[in-house]
Amino acid sequence: MASLLEVDGLYAGYGPTEVIHDLSLRIEEGTITTLLGANGAGKTTTLRALCKMIRTRGSIRFEGEAIDQLATEDIVRRGVAHVPDGRGTFGSLTTEENLRLGGYTRRDRRAAAADQERMYDYFPRLRERRQQQAGTMSGGEQQMLAIARALMLRPRLLLMDEPSFGLAPLIVREIFSIMKTINENDRVTILLVEQNAAMALKLASQAYLIETGRLVLAGEAAALSNDEAVRRSYLGY
Amino acid sequence: METFIHQVVAGIATGGVYASLALALVMIYQSTHHINFAQGEIAMFATYLAWTLINAGVPYWVAFFGTILLAFALGVLIQRIIIRPVEKAPVLNVVVVFIGLLVILNSLAGWIFTYTIKSFPSPFPKEPPFGLSFISSHELGSIGVTLVLLVMLYSFFRFTPLGLAMRAAAQNPDSSRLVGIRVGWMLALGWGLAAVLGSIAGMMIAPIVFLEPNMMSGVLLYAFAAALVGGIDSPGGAVLGGFLVGILENLLGAYVIGTELKLSVALVLIVTVLTIRPAGLFGKVIVTRV
Amino acid sequence: MTSTQSPDASGAKLPWLRISVIMAVACALPFFLSNYHVFQASMVLSTAIALVGLNILTGYSGQISLGHGAFLAIGAYTTAILMDKFDVPYWATIPVAGLVCLIAGFLFGLPALKLEGHYLALATFALAVALPQLLKFRYLEPWTGGVQGIVIMKPDPPMASFLGLTLNSDRWLYFVALLVTAIMYLVAWNLLRGRIGRALIAIRDQPTAAALMGIDTSLYKSLAFGVSALFTGVAGSLSAILVAFVAPDSFTVFLSITLMVGMVVGGLTSLPGALYGATFVQFVPNLADQISKAAPWAIYGALLIILMVVLPTGIAGGLNLLWSKVARKSGASI
Repeated sequence: MASLLEVDGLYAGYGPTEVIHDLSLRIEEGTITTLLGANGAGKTTTLRALCKMIRTRGSIRFEGEAIDQLATEDIVRRGVAHVPDGRGTFGSLTTEENLRLGGYTRRDRRAAAADQERMYDYFPRLRERRQQQAGTMSGGEQQMLAIARALMLRPRLLLMDEPSFGLAPLIVREIFSIMKTINENDRVTILLVEQNAAMALKLASQAYLIETGRLVLAGEAAALSNDEAVRRSYLGY
Repeated sequence: METFIHQVVAGIATGGVYASLALALVMIYQSTHHINFAQGEIAMFATYLAWTLINAGVPYWVAFFGTILLAFALGVLIQRIIIRPVEKAPVLNVVVVFIGLLVILNSLAGWIFTYTIKSFPSPFPKEPPFGLSFISSHELGSIGVTLVLLVMLYSFFRFTPLGLAMRAAAQNPDSSRLVGIRVGWMLALGWGLAAVLGSIAGMMIAPIVFLEPNMMSGVLLYAFAAALVGGIDSPGGAVLGGFLVGILENLLGAYVIGTELKLSVALVLIVTVLTIRPAGLFGKVIVTRV
Repeated sequence: MTSTQSPDASGAKLPWLRISVIMAVACALPFFLSNYHVFQASMVLSTAIALVGLNILTGYSGQISLGHGAFLAIGAYTTAILMDKFDVPYWATIPVAGLVCLIAGFLFGLPALKLEGHYLALATFALAVALPQLLKFRYLEPWTGGVQGIVIMKPDPPMASFLGLTLNSDRWLYFVALLVTAIMYLVAWNLLRGRIGRALIAIRDQPTAAALMGIDTSLYKSLAFGVSALFTGVAGSLSAILVAFVAPDSFTVFLSITLMVGMVVGGLTSLPGALYGATFVQFVPNLADQISKAAPWAIYGALLIILMVVLPTGIAGGLNLLWSKVARKSGASI
């Protein structure tokens, strides 16, 4: 049976520089997969490549369809949502407007409005700040907004880029628990890029490890997290 | 005293024209960080289209709305065909393309419509409204049209999904793509709307300055000044700047320097704002990252 | 813009053979052409000087000017006023015009320091649009001659013939133009190949890095403005002598645009390019005029757009590309 996302021989980079070399991944539907690696290893670049935000070479198939020649907005419209590093919220628009934009491509107006309410249920703090300018909210709140906005798409695949970055541990735990809920209740497949390897491996079922743009390890998250040697040399704990 | 009020009122009327054009400039600047040097010529060309329709016997308001549609199409076409190929090019190349566009439109107008000065009708009666002495019907009508236009635009951007998407695309194209917005088409739409703004500005001012290919160069200069004074990335600022500049122009012209140096006034305004406070009254001050 | 085109002869020597041949041909030219064509050739030379000036500012220093017609005007009017009101001989007015423009350019360069890209283009565009009105200003009329402008006497040649060849006004002025052009080219070449040229390019491509390396960016940028204005002023002065007339409506924004067209067509950061561009700008309107009065400008506009997309480095760049392809082929076949 075909995986939800199949990547084969992916090369990607900026300008003349190649950052990702010969990357191959399989993401199964309904799973949470984590992509780990040190700073500068190419994790963010991988996510950007999957959304065609940068130039790529190689095959990317989503739900069996080749998406490596499509524009970012078309990939998004096929059900791939990306929460970028830096949140990517529309700073001068309100929380409400940010969410509405998340549902921009939805044809079903009423279901979209219902989903907006559901987002406020997941993230009560956002409901309090409906009319507030997104750029004036705290990092944690903006992260929640970014996730909520991505979920408004009702995506099949959710790409998350370092959601824990710069956030207090309590908030990180909250966000990770929401990711678990989304994955279980809404059947959203998640590809999680993280520096916080420990938490990521607890949440995910599959893990990939990338180093200077190349895949060095792949396997069950539990196995990786139990392997002392791997943990010490690659994950730093 | 009456002349003073009349000067102010006339200033508000022309200010409305400047505001519309300045708003067009700001719209394009916000979404692309380019200054549309050809904005005046697009407006001029659209006004000539209106003149052609009216001359062919089309009733004024039908021609008016027909021109708006044509201008919209023209703006979209220009963005898709001429501007898009140089979107990511260095600044000089982009400026050269805008100047090329200016020159083509100007010469096309001269070619098709000749350089003879033509008169352009006003849809408003010649007699002053309600017997008032300090305002003409055209001035009142022009102010009215401008206000309706601005209110409609504001509502569009504030309350409709498409308007929201356009605002998003202007602010943050990358994030916009991530919610599925086709940013390229948003830019084209922006150009279309800017062309519409220009066409209305042209049709409102043509009865006063008369129709000829170079009619908009002075107006454009004032629109630049207005956009800079208000803040080149602030739509509200541009509108306010337009009215301020219009009033200033008239008062200076009537009481200080006469009509001879009007363009120099615009020049001084532009250079002053750029030197002292480039962000204008309401724009954002940009800090460049190393 | 990328620096794929390095400055001409940075550190290298002048190609003396090529230049001697070109100069020989240039000196022989006026004796084979009609007076009108000689006049046109002189105008090409004068425009080339202006384009070198514009190139120093925009090509090398990266500052966009849509208003260089203003310096043409200042140079032209300086010459006209000196000749008409003060009886200064024509050849003496040229350096004076250059000096006046050097100062004017430097002064204009000071507020321009803060402006980048679009904003500088906007400020200079405004200057170009406002210029004719300024020149017609009635309080300046006693000097500028107002709308009518100033008519000056076309100078006679100092001798009726030289080595058996007849010299008339047009031919004599051609040689004057040729001399001035040669001098200005030498000055430009010297200026640009050394430290100053490199500093300007550094400032153009990476202003922050250049500043950190100790280059006084403000000084160099203002100097670039001043020098560029000097060249354009000399060109303006020369053109006033050639045309024997200055008037406000000769200096519209379209003149500045013409200069820009010349620079873009000829090729940025290219000294030979200035000559190609000047030739283009002088002769295309004559040819296109036959189609329609508006046609030259439609061609200019279309060319500006097409060149920017297809060949941003202009004729000079195109020739360089061709030359390197030919050189590579002949190199490979050896």
